[in-house]
Amino acid sequence: MMPRPALAPRRRAAPRSAPRSVARSAVVPVAVLLFTAACGSSGAPAGDAGGPDGAADGSVTVFAAASLRASFTDLAARFEEAHPGADVRLNVAGSSDLVTQIIEGAPADVFAPADTASMDRVEAAGLLRGTAVDIATNTLRLAVPSDNPADIASLADAARPGVRTVVCAEQVPCGAAAARIEEAAGIDLDPVSEESSVTDVLGKVASGEADAGLVYATDIRAAGDTVLGIDVPEASDAVTTYPVAALADASDPATAQAFVDFVAGPDGRAVLGAAGFGAP
Amino acid sequence: MGDTVVRTTAALPRWVVLIAVIGGLFVVVPLAAMALRVDWPRFIPLVTSESAEAALLLSLRTSLTATALCIVFGVPMALVLARTSFRGQQVLRSLVLLPLVLPPVVGGIALLYTFGRRGLLGSSLDVLGIDVAFSTTAVVMSQAFVALPFLVLSLEGALRSVGTRYEAVGATLGAGRWTVLRRITLPLVLPALVSGSVLSFARALGEFGATLTFAGSLQGTTRTLPLEVYLQRETDPDAAVALSLILVLVAVAVVGVAHRVRPLDGAAGPLPFRAPAMARP
Repeated sequence: MMPRPALAPRRRAAPRSAPRSVARSAVVPVAVLLFTAACGSSGAPAGDAGGPDGAADGSVTVFAAASLRASFTDLAARFEEAHPGADVRLNVAGSSDLVTQIIEGAPADVFAPADTASMDRVEAAGLLRGTAVDIATNTLRLAVPSDNPADIASLADAARPGVRTVVCAEQVPCGAAAARIEEAAGIDLDPVSEESSVTDVLGKVASGEADAGLVYATDIRAAGDTVLGIDVPEASDAVTTYPVAALADASDPATAQAFVDFVAGPDGRAVLGAAGFGAP
Repeated sequence: MGDTVVRTTAALPRWVVLIAVIGGLFVVVPLAAMALRVDWPRFIPLVTSESAEAALLLSLRTSLTATALCIVFGVPMALVLARTSFRGQQVLRSLVLLPLVLPPVVGGIALLYTFGRRGLLGSSLDVLGIDVAFSTTAVVMSQAFVALPFLVLSLEGALRSVGTRYEAVGATLGAGRWTVLRRITLPLVLPALVSGSVLSFARALGEFGATLTFAGSLQGTTRTLPLEVYLQRETDPDAAVALSLILVLVAVAVVGVAHRVRPLDGAAGPLPFRAPAMARP
């Protein structure tokens, strides 16, 4: 029997150290499990006592859409400042991933997806506490590389033959919005790629691989100098609304509701507005 | 072989076996959990839908092409690494094997900055009229990039294990370099070449991050099976689970084949002399 060629056969661990390394490598999956469980649970057990008596000084786990990352990071810090003792944990992902996680039992206290359909799915599963509040809107714009190599000035330009346009796939919210805009404008974009997330669309445009891409106004603002934004009039037919709600299983309902009120209030409006979100 | 395994197990402390079982469950239970979620009555319609079929065919086509590229470039690379010695060889070997440990998305970014329209070679390729952006070629390149180390690693290990004795004998009997390579070296490592190719194919089939970053995602052109799974998950989790199961089945088959083909066991054929005479440590 020859030694397996797949792993470097010459450097075997010395026999004496073998049991320890076996134990260590076997412990890793267990450690991963424990770590995952620890990350999932929302909280400092002792500090959560603030909930029942109504003070917003417990911990709150917020499941927020990827496009809210920067704004909600800022809002979380402001909330913690305004409510001493409060601890906000952010879990940021695509809205449909978040819905799946919540329905599969992830311990979330507040949900802030990038579209109303995601909120409807969580509501249909009976997991909302009360009703959702709309906090912001977002509109698609055309992003082009900063030197605009294909000389794009309108949505019609992006549909010209030879122009590489990238959009989101229709299965994701930004792709559904793009399809509505194409319909409203009577333009068929014929994209070279239909990405799974708006981040991938922006990446293709920012790197210059694509000549144009339909992304959210907030993405263009966050991308700074790497892309230029071009308004698409028909985008007003496909405005995306961002709702937020506290969840039924919130470990500290008072703090969860206080965070919802905070992002729906003047502080939330100021931060979201600065990031390029429209008023609901 | 089976006896050996049982005897070794009995000699281990029980707690080692216990921890090994926990580790094994950690790998197997999630796969079983996924299989339990499959919507069996809809399984056939889900995996034969137009988009699923396009993704499956594209994946097979690109993975086979990528595997062929891995063989064309990987065999000479393994030979150079195993049969020559030069300054900086260790460093070169580490660099070649880097895609094995890199997150694929990093590989995608690297490829983008090399072959993309504004990449290192992109503008030169543009002059030649070659344009890989958003093409099936870009998918094959992403897959070959991540799969190549598997072939090089398996083959180089086998080349070192079989040693150079028979090659030396062949050469003293008057065989030229090409004859030695063709009649002695390659037949000796053929099983490793097969298992390395199968592993490369599997890695290419599962490629996701580099493809997503470098090639994009368009049905029939760049949307391979893993990208289709990722997208279907957004709206139709049942379809994503069904397609995932297909990938799991392919992976099981591949691992089975790769383990069956053991070095030397199948190398009796085209050898110029009898294989049993070989030194077996």
